[in-house]
Amino acid sequence: MTSLFSEVTPEAANEVAVKRITVGINGNKRTVDVEPRLLLAHLIRQGFKLTGTHTGCDTTNCGACTVLFDGVPAKSCTVLAVQANGHEVTTVEGLASASELHPVQEGFKDEHGLQCGFCTPGMMLTAKALLDENPDPTEDEVRWALSGNLCRCTGYQNIVKAVLGAAAKLREQNGAS
Amino acid sequence: MYPSRFSYEAPDTVEEAIELLRRGQGEAKVLAGGQSLLPMMKLRFASPGTLIDINNIPGLDYHRADSDGTYRIGALCRHAQLEKSPDLAASQPTMAAAAHTVADPIVRNRGTLVGSICHADPQGDWASVMISLGASVVAKGPTGVRSVAVADFVSGPFQTVLASDELAVEAVVPAPVGVRAGGYLKLERRVGDFATAGVAVSVEFSGSSVARAGIGLTGVGSSTINAAEAAAALVGGSLSETDIAAAAELAAAASRPRSDHRGSESYKRHIVATFVSRILTSLQLSTQEVA
Repeated sequence: MTSLFSEVTPEAANEVAVKRITVGINGNKRTVDVEPRLLLAHLIRQGFKLTGTHTGCDTTNCGACTVLFDGVPAKSCTVLAVQANGHEVTTVEGLASASELHPVQEGFKDEHGLQCGFCTPGMMLTAKALLDENPDPTEDEVRWALSGNLCRCTGYQNIVKAVLGAAAKLREQNGAS
Repeated sequence: MYPSRFSYEAPDTVEEAIELLRRGQGEAKVLAGGQSLLPMMKLRFASPGTLIDINNIPGLDYHRADSDGTYRIGALCRHAQLEKSPDLAASQPTMAAAAHTVADPIVRNRGTLVGSICHADPQGDWASVMISLGASVVAKGPTGVRSVAVADFVSGPFQTVLASDELAVEAVVPAPVGVRAGGYLKLERRVGDFATAGVAVSVEFSGSSVARAGIGLTGVGSSTINAAEAAAALVGGSLSETDIAAAAELAAAASRPRSDHRGSESYKRHIVATFVSRILTSLQLSTQEVA
């Protein structure tokens, strides 16, 4: 086993036992050896090369690194990779299917819910979890749910519109099916 | 940012966790939600030799009432479970008022109430709430179990009386003497920020008179403050305006804020008095509606 990410597993690290973990990442089971201090955000980005998960503040404030941990939003800079052993992690790459964007992604596209796009993956995953739980949220409920995800560009207006639009689209899809 | 190196254990039972803590000889830390511990480790304010992750221990994620009204919160009960509980407000109004003010929604999905108390951040919300309710922490160690009142459990900033080989397994809120009422108000500069000041007030009514009261203060001292004298001013009365004014003044006097970027010392004292009075006035109004 070569180290997944040399910056945190140099030779000198051998004093600490490496842990073998199996993580479900966007539906695929991956088995990797990690040093306990590797953060989930870094396993995802540097280990799995899924760079859609952004690390912003690195201090549990901004929510850019939000992923779904067993379907529930979590800041992946504040979860150890070893803690994901046996759990399912969904990143922004897991939202779209091969041919179609997820309605939340459609919503952000339609309503211009992003400018620089740095916060967008975290925003979309938090929004997906909200809509899974509450398919018909009010504007206040959307704002409340997104209050752990910071955006420095949009002023949030179009993000909220995007989520409300996605909710309507999802309800239509689910009603039609 | 990476934490410094540590070894990682994920026991399946409380007993195993305690044994690991004992072997850690003070160099081991318990990882529950990790929403304060991991940031502190990344900033190297904390560098435990061993992390004992209790998330794999089944049966610790509860919050429930016993038949006599005693309320128990397990070590793995997340803030979000309390926030989303539909019946919490009826039995635990102070807790229900505080649950949605802790950090932000994503942090609340992982962070735990018991962890927050053990972290003993003077700006943590739950310790004040638990102090106002007269709650205790149940600590299990190699030699047995003990229960410590939260007011005595928190011994200073980021300090508790928990021994290095003890695991806090649950928080226990005693059954109310009468009808429980209460509230929590927190001033923050923006969502997710720590409190500029926070006030937890819990009152138990026997008829229209106050049988028991508790007031806890967040973020206005070097540790969570138990404003016992302010609470005592309410007992025996029926929340008259005089009583409320006295409690507000005593609570402000009990606070020991420092001037900083969140506000001046006098401003924070003023907030404490205002919040105590606001919560109590709202309780006075709601009890009048019932009567």
